[in-house]
Amino acid sequence: MPAGQGTLMDFASFLIQMLNSLQYGLLLFLVASGLTLVFGIMGIINLAHGSFYMIGAYLAFVLTSATGSLFLAILLGIPLTFIVGAFLEWALFSHLYKREHLEQVLLTYGLILIFEELRSLLVGDEVHGVDIPAIFSASIPLSDVLSYPVYRLVISGVCIVLAVALYFVIQRTRLGMMIRAGNHDRTMVEALGININMIYRVVFALGFALAALAGMLAAPISSVFPNMGSHVLIISFVIVVIGGIGSVWGALIAALVIGFADTFGKVLLPDYAGMVVYLVMAVVLLWRPEGILKKG
Amino acid sequence: MSEIINPGLAATVGTPAAAGEILLVAERITRRFGGLVANQDVCVTLPRGKVHVLLGPNGAGKSTCINMLSGDLPPSEGTIHFMGKDITGLSAAQRSQVGIGRSYQRTNIFPKFTVLENVRLAAQSRRQQPWRIFSRAMKQQWALDKARACIEEAGLGAKVDWIAGVLSHGEQRQLEIAMVLATDAQVMLLDEPLAGMGSDESARMVEVLKRLKPSRAILLVEHDMDAVFAVADTITVMVNGQVLESGPPAQIKASVAVQQAYLGQEDSFHV
Amino acid sequence: MSSLNSTIFKLAGLALLACVPLTGESFYVELAAKTLVLAIFAMSLDLLVGFTGLVSFGHAAYFGVAAYSVALLSPKYEAASLWYVLPASVGLSALAALVVGLFVLRTKGIYFIMVTLAFAQLAFFVFHDTPLGGGSDGIYLNVKPTAAIAGWVPFDLDNATHLYYFILGALVVVYAFLARILQSPFGRVLVGIKSNEHRMQSMGYLTFRYKLAAFALAGGLGGVAGFLYAVVFGFVTPELLSWHQSGNVLLMVILGGMGNLVGAIAGAFVFTGMQEVFGNWTKHWQLVMGCVIVAAVLFMPGGLSAVPGRIKRALQGGGSNE
Repeated sequence: MPAGQGTLMDFASFLIQMLNSLQYGLLLFLVASGLTLVFGIMGIINLAHGSFYMIGAYLAFVLTSATGSLFLAILLGIPLTFIVGAFLEWALFSHLYKREHLEQVLLTYGLILIFEELRSLLVGDEVHGVDIPAIFSASIPLSDVLSYPVYRLVISGVCIVLAVALYFVIQRTRLGMMIRAGNHDRTMVEALGININMIYRVVFALGFALAALAGMLAAPISSVFPNMGSHVLIISFVIVVIGGIGSVWGALIAALVIGFADTFGKVLLPDYAGMVVYLVMAVVLLWRPEGILKKG
Repeated sequence: MSEIINPGLAATVGTPAAAGEILLVAERITRRFGGLVANQDVCVTLPRGKVHVLLGPNGAGKSTCINMLSGDLPPSEGTIHFMGKDITGLSAAQRSQVGIGRSYQRTNIFPKFTVLENVRLAAQSRRQQPWRIFSRAMKQQWALDKARACIEEAGLGAKVDWIAGVLSHGEQRQLEIAMVLATDAQVMLLDEPLAGMGSDESARMVEVLKRLKPSRAILLVEHDMDAVFAVADTITVMVNGQVLESGPPAQIKASVAVQQAYLGQEDSFHV
Repeated sequence: MSSLNSTIFKLAGLALLACVPLTGESFYVELAAKTLVLAIFAMSLDLLVGFTGLVSFGHAAYFGVAAYSVALLSPKYEAASLWYVLPASVGLSALAALVVGLFVLRTKGIYFIMVTLAFAQLAFFVFHDTPLGGGSDGIYLNVKPTAAIAGWVPFDLDNATHLYYFILGALVVVYAFLARILQSPFGRVLVGIKSNEHRMQSMGYLTFRYKLAAFALAGGLGGVAGFLYAVVFGFVTPELLSWHQSGNVLLMVILGGMGNLVGAIAGAFVFTGMQEVFGNWTKHWQLVMGCVIVAAVLFMPGGLSAVPGRIKRALQGGGSNE
């Protein structure tokens, strides 16, 4: 029954691509959510956000090499990146709130150069692999020849858990109240008795940690290489533009759309894969110049 | 970009011949923001040679109304006609081109440019010729002459070469009037031109308004009651986005409804 | 006006630049030629960023489109006519900018920055992924265009000195062109849009069209730089359209202080200067560059062109710095 087997295999590979799209989209959401929050709340455009992803991936490599376990690496990496993020906010970004977008672009562009060179000095310019933790190294067979790696499902699972957690933070906390208002009116927020400097620091550090976590999770499947942050940064920009600046849920929808567009673009139009994502953005811009969901 | 104002229109500026001619008619214009109704079924008629004042407490919807007339906000419902032509769908820039000019509640100028350049830009908008990229703006004598004349008319003649940003608040409001004048506006929509002015400055501005009145239709949003009754031919009182009453000043002064709803609370109302 | 703009300064600078080939050091001539190309590129971006208030982070796309156009329009083993490939490649980059402008100018502020970047990335992938321009390896421009007109050859682009003066001439022409445009009613509208776009609209200007014209014009002038770059180096890769290229040119404009054409030229020189100096110190020169950028933003608002004024003020007023 070659025909029947053919459709079965088609379905299996379709399923694989669906799962890949979902996993890629969710991972992008982790990066883009921090980016859109920093835009929405602090009014800051941060080009170095992609570097945070790169830093996460390299941390995963370095810490996994040192400790022998990706779990430990992530466990150490999250608080570490959170602290570094808080420090960066204090040392640099807190001086940018009243500056023009252009100066923000410039400073964060300078940061990218610094991060990439530090990476080159400390770890080198080689491509590195990171091992998938042994308990997730299996694959689920989907047909005679096709199977799906458990680790990718784990990534999707972790991202979904984090998205749900983010939902609760945004819906149930005072921080979330601010985020929902898309507010960067300092005086009004301070009138509510909220220490805005602390909020900014926490949101920024959270964005850093989420992007770095995405990098750590992705390290075993994408490997770790120089300038890996820049592609993710630009894709995250596309997501934020499509989703609407400051809108976390817009970012989620947009990230999934981009995940699907990119994955299926690579399968269906391999010669034009790089462009598909940007064409999606162009179409959305024609339809809604301010994104699917405006700030909210 | 090539719309040059109808020369016929431009020629009528300053000729009070057609006084009384209806220039602008807004019929039952309504504006909703989500569930909130900011303006409901507002009707405004602006004849040449008359000053029409919009009164009302803060939040009554006066600015929304002016924004709909100027094209800054599209109305949710209703129509706006200018000299018999439906202009409801036109943008702010297009409405400026047909002859509707406005000033803003918050001073809205080019603070780093000179007074002359502010008004010259306004004048230039009537004959844009953007393809002439090699001619010099400062050699377009007609625009400079017009700008100087409008600055003079707005009473700012002594400050032509000043940087707009350093003018006093009152002078910046006069500058805005000069900019509206330079666009040959037949209909002038002026949002609180006297706000924040000292008494000398407001008296001067009232004089300017009286001088402008005969050849144009003016809609004024204003709180200063002395000024309102000094220049108004018609007053429309708005409350909660709706027209409460509209008529000549005497009728408004006598209206019980207006007294209760609005004027009674206003300290400056002692006319 | 800052002292950068005095006529004497400009003429002295031009004379200095004209003397570079007299040194006879081919390394310096080529470096200066490359810097002049970048200066043209920076001026074209300044029209958008400094004068119209449009912060484009994807200007490298138009540079790259023109560079690829020369390479693709030239026959493989013979010289193309300069008088055909120059206008054609500049026209194509202006056309690309016009089309992209239709999309990106629908957005404002942060959106505009991100969307211009994204469209530049789209252009990058067009040349990187498709066989059109040789993919990620890029293509060679084997033979430089010839300036011959009906058998008469006014200058020879294969001659390094001729090429240098051709580029210097282009710089002067682009500068004069932009300076003149900014004096025109069109230019005044652009500056008005930067200052207060809303007011321009309420005075009857359809600002979208003006911005689109400026965007296409800047794309075309960026294309002049891209064309010259391809001619100087004879080699074109997708990296020319990369976002680092867009970032670098933005850096030059900002270093020079936006809205100042001479400043943009100075910014290009300072940028290549830093690249050379730091590059000789250490292979990790970008680290130093990054630190300089970060420090500059934190401690030096206003860019280089603000420096003379600040020094003057410090000398005169005993240093009351804002």
